[in-house]
Amino acid sequence: MAQPALTSTGEPLPRLEGMQGIVADWSSDQRAFKNVPWGKAMMWIFLLSDTFIFSSFLISYMTVRMSTTVPWPNPSEVFALTIGGKSIPLILIAIMTFILISSSGTMVLAVNYGYRRDRVKTFIFLLLTAALGATFVGMQAFEWTKLIVEEGVRPWGNPMGAAQFGSSFFMITGFHGTHVSIGVIFLIIVAIKVLRGDLDNQRPGFLTGRKGNYEIVETMGLYWHFVDLVWVFIFAVFYLW
Amino acid sequence: MAHAEGQQHPAAGEHQPAAGQQHAAVAGQPHIEGQQHPLGIYFKIWGLLFVLSTASYLVDYFHFQGYLRWTLIVTFMLLKAGLIVAVFMHMLWERLAMVYAILLPPLLLLVLLGIGTFEGDYTFFTRGTFFGAGSGAPAQHPAAPAQHK
Repeated sequence: MAQPALTSTGEPLPRLEGMQGIVADWSSDQRAFKNVPWGKAMMWIFLLSDTFIFSSFLISYMTVRMSTTVPWPNPSEVFALTIGGKSIPLILIAIMTFILISSSGTMVLAVNYGYRRDRVKTFIFLLLTAALGATFVGMQAFEWTKLIVEEGVRPWGNPMGAAQFGSSFFMITGFHGTHVSIGVIFLIIVAIKVLRGDLDNQRPGFLTGRKGNYEIVETMGLYWHFVDLVWVFIFAVFYLW
Repeated sequence: MAHAEGQQHPAAGEHQPAAGQQHAAVAGQPHIEGQQHPLGIYFKIWGLLFVLSTASYLVDYFHFQGYLRWTLIVTFMLLKAGLIVAVFMHMLWERLAMVYAILLPPLLLLVLLGIGTFEGDYTFFTRGTFFGAGSGAPAQHPAAPAQHK
């Protein structure tokens, strides 16, 4: 188990008058999340807020889809691919799902080898995760291009049915794709830090100046699994509905 | 371990690992710390996620419809989400204070879900009443064939 991050005020705590004192005391040094590194707690809180963002998107999509009197385009056919002369429904999305799940698996291995101080293996698995993530984004770009160019889907309408299909689709998958892309960039940064030995040597980060620590691999992992988690919901309610 | 916090009374139990947190402490492994668990559990969950994803894809492939489709899709979705959060994101091995702080607030979304359902139904009903009769829907593209809704 990780030891809690040690922090020191370096001086006696000030005692303030009146209301200020109350605020200062209530906000002082009371740690609710004992033994949880601060980075991890903050990442979880960020992910909680992100949960609300994605849920708002998905719920507004649901509302919009329930309220339209025009038939919704059938995702099973819209996202079908013709492979070997045979049209397979939703196959592109299925492949994307498997790629993202695989990347979650490699991420979990990276976290594990990180805590075992296995620099090279951690690096390899982080890079593999980033590669799978980049593949996912690539396939999404392909999917968007196909929809926009071939099928003529626009945010304000499409030839297949309800106009709201385009706006929901671009908003939800676009936001998710942005998350994946940012994740890939951060994975590469963390991978480089691992390989250079920044985490072993506790080298301060360029942005925060915090000492390098293998906890950042786990924090990175939390973000990455969250991206996978969101995809689980998008896959179920957008593509399978 | 030296504890140089500006805290007069360190909370009791701060120095003891939470129960169950270190179930994976394999003897002879150097540097056991943090969320360290045997690899086996990850591989099992990984496999399970693949199976569940395949299953939810097959729901679409075999064209299950109606309540059967919905039950299966939502079940697989929640199972997958649960496995990812519990094992991959290590919630199983976190302290309860943390778990509750993160997992309870999203339940509020059920309220939004309820409001959305009412609103969606009501809008659908109003559109049917005011635009529906005879003239079809307030459609931008009424040409599309209805396949599935």
